[in-house]
Amino acid sequence: MSFIDIRGLKKSFGPTTVVHDFDLSVERGEFVSFLGPSGCGKTTILRMIAGFETATAGSIAIAGTEVAHLPPAKRDVGMVFQSYALFPNMTVAQNIAFGLRVAKKGSEEIRTRVREMLELIKLPHLGERYPYQLSGGQQQRVALARAIAVKPQVLLLDEPLSALDAKIRVSLREEIRALQKELGITTIFVTHDQEEALSMSDRIVVLNEGRAEQIGTPFEVYNWPRTRFVASFVGTLNLLTAEVTDPAAGLMMLDGHAVATAQPIAGRAAGDKVTVALRPEAVDLGGAEGDRIRLPGTVDDVAFLGAVVRIRVRLAVQTVSLDAFNQPNVTLPKKGDAVTLTFDREDLLVLEGER
Amino acid sequence: MKKSTFGPWLAVVLGAAYFLIPLIATVEFSMRMKRGEYSFEAYRVVLGDPRFQASLGYSVALALVTIVIGVLLVVPTAYWVQLRLPKLRPIVEFITLLPLVIPAIVIVFGYLRIYNSESWLPLTDSARGTDLLLAFGYVTLALPYMYRSVDTGLRAIDVRTLTEAAESLGAGPATILFKVIFPNIRSAILSGSFLTFAIVIGEFTFAALLDRPAFGPYLQLVGANRAYEPAALAIIAFVVTWACMGLIQVFGAARGAASK
Repeated sequence: MSFIDIRGLKKSFGPTTVVHDFDLSVERGEFVSFLGPSGCGKTTILRMIAGFETATAGSIAIAGTEVAHLPPAKRDVGMVFQSYALFPNMTVAQNIAFGLRVAKKGSEEIRTRVREMLELIKLPHLGERYPYQLSGGQQQRVALARAIAVKPQVLLLDEPLSALDAKIRVSLREEIRALQKELGITTIFVTHDQEEALSMSDRIVVLNEGRAEQIGTPFEVYNWPRTRFVASFVGTLNLLTAEVTDPAAGLMMLDGHAVATAQPIAGRAAGDKVTVALRPEAVDLGGAEGDRIRLPGTVDDVAFLGAVVRIRVRLAVQTVSLDAFNQPNVTLPKKGDAVTLTFDREDLLVLEGER
Repeated sequence: MKKSTFGPWLAVVLGAAYFLIPLIATVEFSMRMKRGEYSFEAYRVVLGDPRFQASLGYSVALALVTIVIGVLLVVPTAYWVQLRLPKLRPIVEFITLLPLVIPAIVIVFGYLRIYNSESWLPLTDSARGTDLLLAFGYVTLALPYMYRSVDTGLRAIDVRTLTEAAESLGAGPATILFKVIFPNIRSAILSGSFLTFAIVIGEFTFAALLDRPAFGPYLQLVGANRAYEPAALAIIAFVVTWACMGLIQVFGAARGAASK
């Protein structure tokens, strides 16, 4: 049995169901991210695990114990909030010590643990400061220290980086991940930022309208999105419509050109319309060798994005974007130039039907 | 073209005169007890009167009891309404405003009817029981001010998240209320407490009709029988009230600085 085992979890507010039959197994020490847009139910699921929301149906077991009926204080779950939620009347040290005091630990043990936590978050000299005297990043590190000071079984992070500026966000996410690995604490992280989810997680649960669209490693979710939603939400993707001609051979017509995927097109018949996904970084301009797919088109737009140049190419009807590294010694095509797009058959991904 | 400031200044001067002239006149009159000279004789007489000390002491004690009951009643209620029952807020606000609409004399007659010696809870049978009844009456009277102060304080902090943070750290409701919520709305509670104090110190109707030796009835008694002492008493009561207002300002400013 997994360390966290969620089965058939459902949450309704009146007639509106916001989480539908959610299942998830999390192994001990795993870092799992819930990724999705606002209102997809990711925070609601997290709050049900924490005990702040009552599940309409389903079960949540942590380390083999059913916790769905337990109050938050009895679940042994640490939580970090987007708004830090540090107690304004207490110093940093008092905030970190709060859970230990509640647990009636000895004063020496509390002192030692607080010191350890302050060292761990690299703020050993700020114990006597009040939260309002700290920066956002420092406050969130204190919130993290407070949550893990009591050694919870599970750490829940509810968009902890959203209120921080971009630079701090990147450094703090690295710190959080390093800390999580060091402590080996089972962690669930809620975010709407795909980059955060991809860079930090062992596995990602992509949520849409209260349902898990896909659960997989960052590599799987990014490279093999199963649905149109996952494909469009995780990374930048070209989503193209094609018509199946021979599903067994993986053949289809894309803007008047016959193309073949690496795998047979399962569950589809000839004449079906399918959505195919193609990563911009998988497409090259010209230079095709071997059995790569070749599609002619016209340059529509060239956008300079710093390290990368995004080129939009119009096929007969649809448009494909491709990313090329910015190399000052290489001449870029101009709008209106005729070009040939090339990519591997393996990069053309047929998505599952829409819900 | 520079706008004339004559109008605004005139309004300020008239407003100030409206409040200050009677006050200055009262101070001036209170100092004329000794014929032909200004003195603090009236204040000396008042402050030396054992009934003054007793009635003020009684009212101060009652104000403190009122504040304790009021805080214990209002803070958990306002907290719970904000956290779990936000839809009830308009109803609770309406109830807390009722003492402003219903005259004190109506409330006290209601109390006398419900808690008289014939009733199932004869609080007026004993002096202590009546004191308690008076304190409850004062809690009701101060409810609009205490509730508003506390509610404003609660709105200024993220009650829900702080509560959830404390819950996730294993804290129960009492710990959350006394260790997290109370300290963070301390200045709001103090504001409500000072307002309650000012109300109780000067209150007459409840104390007179329940026949308790409070400061309000003493003020009335002295006012009915003396010339200069009532003016001195009025100034003393005024100073006490304004001291309370000043303390609200001080704690309000301290809170502003702390939350920067």
